[in-house]
Amino acid sequence: MSLSNALIIKQGRVIDPANELDAVKDIYIKNGHIIAIDDHISADKAGDAQQIDASGLIVIPGVIDLCARMREPGLEHKATIKSETIAASKAGITTLCCPPDTDPVIDESAVVDLINQRVKDAAHSHIVCLGALTSGLKGEHLSEMAALKNAGCVGVSNASMPITNTLVLRRALEYASSHDLTVFLQPNDPHLSDHGCAHDGAVATRLGLPGIPSAAESTIIARDLELIAEIGARVHFGRLSSARSIRLIEQAQQQGLQVTADVAVHQLFLTEMDLSSYNSHCHVLPPLRELRDRDTLRQAIADGFIQAICSDHQPHEEDAKLHPFPATEPGISGLETLLPLTLKLVTEGVLSWSQAIASLTSAPARILGIDKGHLSTGAVADLAIIDPDKDWTLETANINSLAKNTPFLGWNFEHQVKHTIISGRLIK
Amino acid sequence: MVNKNARATNPLLGQDHWNIQLDKNGRLKHFLTIEGLGSDILNEILDTAENFTSVNKRVVKKVPLLRGKTITNLFFEASTRTRTTFELAAKRLSADVLNINISTSAATKGESLLDTLYNLQAMQTDMFVIRHQDSGAAHFAARHVAPYISVLNAGDGRHAHPTQAMLDMLTIRQKKGHDFSALRVAIVGDILHSRVARSQIHALNTLNTGEIRVVAPRTLLPADIEKLGVKVHYSLQQGIQDADVVIMLRLQKERMQGAMLPSELEYYQQYGLSRETLKYAKPDAIVMHPGPINRGVEIESSVADGPQSVILDQVSNGIAVRMAVMSMTLGTSAQQTGEDK
Amino acid sequence: MTKIISPDTLIQQLSDKLSATLSQKNISNPVMVGIHTGGVWVAERLHKNLGLEEPLGTLNISFYRDDFSRIGVHPQVTPSTLPTEVDGRHIILVDDVLQTGRTIRAAMNELFDYGRPASITLVCLVERGGHELPIRADIVGQQLSLQDDEQIKLTGPVPLALEIKQVNVQ
Repeated sequence: MSLSNALIIKQGRVIDPANELDAVKDIYIKNGHIIAIDDHISADKAGDAQQIDASGLIVIPGVIDLCARMREPGLEHKATIKSETIAASKAGITTLCCPPDTDPVIDESAVVDLINQRVKDAAHSHIVCLGALTSGLKGEHLSEMAALKNAGCVGVSNASMPITNTLVLRRALEYASSHDLTVFLQPNDPHLSDHGCAHDGAVATRLGLPGIPSAAESTIIARDLELIAEIGARVHFGRLSSARSIRLIEQAQQQGLQVTADVAVHQLFLTEMDLSSYNSHCHVLPPLRELRDRDTLRQAIADGFIQAICSDHQPHEEDAKLHPFPATEPGISGLETLLPLTLKLVTEGVLSWSQAIASLTSAPARILGIDKGHLSTGAVADLAIIDPDKDWTLETANINSLAKNTPFLGWNFEHQVKHTIISGRLIK
Repeated sequence: MVNKNARATNPLLGQDHWNIQLDKNGRLKHFLTIEGLGSDILNEILDTAENFTSVNKRVVKKVPLLRGKTITNLFFEASTRTRTTFELAAKRLSADVLNINISTSAATKGESLLDTLYNLQAMQTDMFVIRHQDSGAAHFAARHVAPYISVLNAGDGRHAHPTQAMLDMLTIRQKKGHDFSALRVAIVGDILHSRVARSQIHALNTLNTGEIRVVAPRTLLPADIEKLGVKVHYSLQQGIQDADVVIMLRLQKERMQGAMLPSELEYYQQYGLSRETLKYAKPDAIVMHPGPINRGVEIESSVADGPQSVILDQVSNGIAVRMAVMSMTLGTSAQQTGEDK
Repeated sequence: MTKIISPDTLIQQLSDKLSATLSQKNISNPVMVGIHTGGVWVAERLHKNLGLEEPLGTLNISFYRDDFSRIGVHPQVTPSTLPTEVDGRHIILVDDVLQTGRTIRAAMNELFDYGRPASITLVCLVERGGHELPIRADIVGQQLSLQDDEQIKLTGPVPLALEIKQVNVQ
């Protein structure tokens, strides 16, 4: 820990897409904020600031993860706010956005207060919450959205629970937009999904796994977009998986609807083929789809139709995955692979550095409506410093999350987070 | 021991999926799925089973091959018939048999499959015969049991029922000869939910069958089924036209729910095998059914009991095939040396 | 090196000895059973020489081997066939080489699973050393005393030949 409350990051390559900056700079941080960014900041100006030599390293705004579950309150045997924010902070993630499907559900301000208290006591990174769109996420009654907003929720969402009653959805969108709240939707038609656990295609047929067709996602997007076009609500579609969904989002954006989208980073690397040995770590919802879906998702980020990449972090205890595939709980412990996997897309030539960093910083900040994700003078000093030339392998031992459920064990990465700075504090 | 004779080569699956079935010498260690096994192993199963059929015709229908071995039938789905044939097969090989029906025991108390396996493993079992409602359950078991234990898949979800497929292949071979390339086989009915159909398709492909057809309305066909190496027909008459083998699948009554089918009557009219519709197949075509039969739903009684039906041959072959697979998998630790004279 | 007599000569001698034994024991209509594969070749010839009425039976003892846990099971194209009931019948059991006695034990176990024979007479083309069980042939073509690293094998079916090979003893 630094003795002074000042830091100076020397001669790192600063990539800050929000300010269209990609240059070698010094960054001076004091009292939790960025004081100055310049080509050279002289020693006398920096005073007794702790120096970090970032030459050869890359300095980016701290990563903002649009969807990460802490499991607290409700499922603390899987993970806690403390354990997961520690893991996040070591992985370059400085802000986490939690969906409202905790237990109790975040559908009244008292739950927000409870979580805020826990965050204050235990969190090692920033956390923002989404409030429930409907009471108990049941899709029947509107939640007290205004109260939730006042308590600090940055948006409203029904998490992964469907709203099958279109009238309820219409009213929820109308009410949310009355209070200037962004609605976060994860599109899924539960009738079409029908308790499936794999993409409805050749691999599911071969393995005998109940299938979830792409249309389970895209038909709901099509329905929702019709409502959005009529109402004018601001909606973010999260965790998209299929190429057909992307086409719909693309058209909506071209028509000028206020629609954004994100994708879970594992969807950019894995496909249905990865299920072939009944690897329960590849059991995710929405399911891993075909190669052409993966390629379309990748291209959509490069083209700007998908703005953000998130971890869709879903920590599980070991037992949750120790069943036959369909009986396992879906989800990946993804905090620690979010940044390294996204930067792999740079190595693979899919994204530019600026696109990759934007999808993890400025874009999610804009979607959440929070003043973060950039390195402007005066901004809260949330940063990550990356070694762009450091080979490492993901192993259980170097996962900081309480949960080790990831299909990426054994994968090699070439970018490693060297330091994370949260509100001016050097974490790592 | 790769699937060198399988026509439908398999780019969709990693090696791990089927390699787990073979020991380091390429011999059968577990029997989980037909997929990934070469025609050499399938023929070995059929030849060994053929040999066991003679045992089943004797006065004393028992050989001492697996004396001292313990075989545990672990059934998470009720199935008297399949369990009985596995039990009889084990007993005819002189193994001790433990029958455990979990639908009425631990699972309802929340014990996981893994805990159940570990508990039974502690009782020194040599083989698990597993039937489970979840696809992949047998693979899961094979991956987690102690290395000396063999796992036989007696049906997992919609995935595989390999011994059923092999007894069907044995029946076809007995009736139609060893050359499958000359055969046209039609599988009719609920392919979507059928583990039997999937295993049959893999086995028929590996044995180089001339033409494999599946016949069903689209509501009962899984996505991309053609990629398994079959031709799809929606009409029964076209689907069984000039077929040498017609395999009828059981239609679960639950399929009338969930808008899979309009009614039993309409299904029977469109896809039920009657004496009239059977005329579209070759005159010497054989009719098969994995049982239990729904008379008047998928097949007319006069066909099921008629001269072209080999349904009872299938049942008796079932015991021989299971004896073959049990003795092969429990013999894999053996070396190929030192036969005593 | 022991001189090996040709199988055809041995079989002729066996036929004579067997005829004598049968008439001495007053057995008129025995059931001859050969053990796969060499024993069947020998039995086919004996069966013809003696002009037996009952068709020849064959035994494939692979399901009765006591070394299953070491060698596993082999798919055999020719299963056991016993064309007649064995209950109360006089059986002539024929094998090519008798060494440890384990094959004969397995064969007798299998025979008893078919029924209860009145008697079993064991006929072997060659008896070599190496008994491990109290089993001896009633009628033997040739007694050989071979080293542990020597293996004697009958090849056939036409022509029959006996050959001795050096093997690696493990």
